[in-house]
Amino acid sequence: MFLFLLASAFFLFVILSVLPYFRGVGVWIDRRLPIFSFLLEHLTYYPAPKNLNMWYAFGALAMVACVIQFISGIWLVMYYTPTADQAFSSVQLIMREVPYGWLVRYVHSTGVSMWFIVVYFHIFRGLLYGSYKTPRELLWMSGVVLLFLLMAEAYTGYVLPWGQMSFWASKVIISLFSSIPVVGNDIVVWLQGDYEVSGVTLHRFFAFHVVGFSFLILAMIFLHIIMLHSVGSNNPDGIDIMKHKDRNGWPLDAVPYYPYFVMKYIPIILFYLLVFFIIVFYAPTFYGLFLEAENFERANPLVTPLHIKPSWYLSPYYAILRSIPDKSLGALMMLLSILLWLFLPWLDLSPVRSMRYRGWMSRVALATVVGSFVLLGYLGLQPAVGWYLVMSRVATVLYFSFFVLIPIVSYYDHDHVVPERIPER
Amino acid sequence: MSGNPPENLAPVDEVKRSLLKKTSVFLGALGLAGIGVPLLSYLSPNRSTREAGKPISVDVSGMKVGEQKTVLWRSKPVWIIRRSEAMLASLGLVDGSLKDPDSEIPQQPGYARNEMRSIRPDFLVLLGICTHLGCSPTYRPDPKSVDDTWVGGFYCSCHGSKFDLAGRVFKNMPAPSNLEVPPYHFSDENTLIIGDGGI
Repeated sequence: MFLFLLASAFFLFVILSVLPYFRGVGVWIDRRLPIFSFLLEHLTYYPAPKNLNMWYAFGALAMVACVIQFISGIWLVMYYTPTADQAFSSVQLIMREVPYGWLVRYVHSTGVSMWFIVVYFHIFRGLLYGSYKTPRELLWMSGVVLLFLLMAEAYTGYVLPWGQMSFWASKVIISLFSSIPVVGNDIVVWLQGDYEVSGVTLHRFFAFHVVGFSFLILAMIFLHIIMLHSVGSNNPDGIDIMKHKDRNGWPLDAVPYYPYFVMKYIPIILFYLLVFFIIVFYAPTFYGLFLEAENFERANPLVTPLHIKPSWYLSPYYAILRSIPDKSLGALMMLLSILLWLFLPWLDLSPVRSMRYRGWMSRVALATVVGSFVLLGYLGLQPAVGWYLVMSRVATVLYFSFFVLIPIVSYYDHDHVVPERIPER
Repeated sequence: MSGNPPENLAPVDEVKRSLLKKTSVFLGALGLAGIGVPLLSYLSPNRSTREAGKPISVDVSGMKVGEQKTVLWRSKPVWIIRRSEAMLASLGLVDGSLKDPDSEIPQQPGYARNEMRSIRPDFLVLLGICTHLGCSPTYRPDPKSVDDTWVGGFYCSCHGSKFDLAGRVFKNMPAPSNLEVPPYHFSDENTLIIGDGGI
């Protein structure tokens, strides 16, 4: 079969090599289906600021991560059975009996963590260079929605193997809804479709994971890119490149996306895949961070595992929830810790985008929110006792203080003068 | 955005560009092949399916003359028919109207390529799946039960293909070839092993 694939790869190579000699066919198709001019506009002659650095690769990597999850996910669904009796054993079937099933599942389970790593770096890039500021407010908000959808997708997927952690994680998250006044408990039963988290719940989580959220994510990514391409990319200097254009309307500080950035990103993507597959082959559980040992035990509604901890990518929010000694307020603050980001474009009053030209106060504010987020992520994985609890309360206060301080700080900060054109370095 | 190239587009080094394009397409195709191997292997029968597809053993001691027994092997119907002397005699009568009377198309193991299409003349073992489009034909042993010239055989209700009592297809039927004989052998007088041709 390997020879067969090698032969098909060779034919693909030949076809792609001779294709440019049939330009007439391309023109005929393009007049009816403007796929080639679309690619030319959005991939080749997309004006990318010439100073885009490595941080800008995380957007492309997020797309790669998305494709990996979709392909491995389709393959997993071929054997996965979403019933309480068979979910756990069907995962074992994939791991032990199906040819390369272990590989496909480890790619999917590693893929979610890698996706979150990439997305968190992508968001940090946006904060660092002020990518959320006008005219990119909606672009930023669609990103926050995407993060929210990604969390929903990861959570519903986490429940599917129906191990101990799957079961208790789904119970804890669903129970959050019981903090809604008056109708909370009815909503919980409605969401579960049963009086307890059960096979019925599992089945609807499967529907949301495989069809619901995943399609919303695709649609949202599509909108995200439309918005990006209609306002154009920000850059590490936060300088508006649209102010200075040549007679063709091309921004003077931009270079075509292909070949300059496509060629720059390909090695980065290959490096990403290298790291990805080193994890898949040598540390698929990643020391309990990507796959927890407790989840290799079948779901048992009668026994809660002793050491319950969330997935690392949700642990900052979990730490916030635990640090607040009130059920409703804890759930509310957890929700706000994500939703508040929606308003960042209007909370930040500075006329300057990039941290390169911002004063020390804005830098400290950014360091505070990022530092407290990382700290919360660490604390969320520790037991909620003693100093850990004290620390997580301090970190929670620091995290939310960002949203209070940023309007003040950004207003009074001593920003530097932003150059008209992207400086040569 | 603009969709127009910049005014002062740097000249392209076509030799370098072509080399880069060809190497990336070739290496990319190799990468796709590498992804393809696990993804395509994944689709083939898994270990428990292969385990379930192992040879089965059938006790035929209780079968009466003329009786049909259908068993499942690899999820497919396998017929075991204990043929009477009269049934065996009917096989010689229809030779002229058969498409492949001598079983030249390899639809049977070598040891079943004979006039009876079986190891023992009294026991016929056939895969009960029409070679046309996969329906399971019906066992119609009684003469004249399908039409006036019928001497007994198998009739496919989906598209009307007719087979004699050795599973040989008649001429001008939708089915292109005789019914398939699966690999089998007798481990003793009354035990049939289906799925394994023995030594």
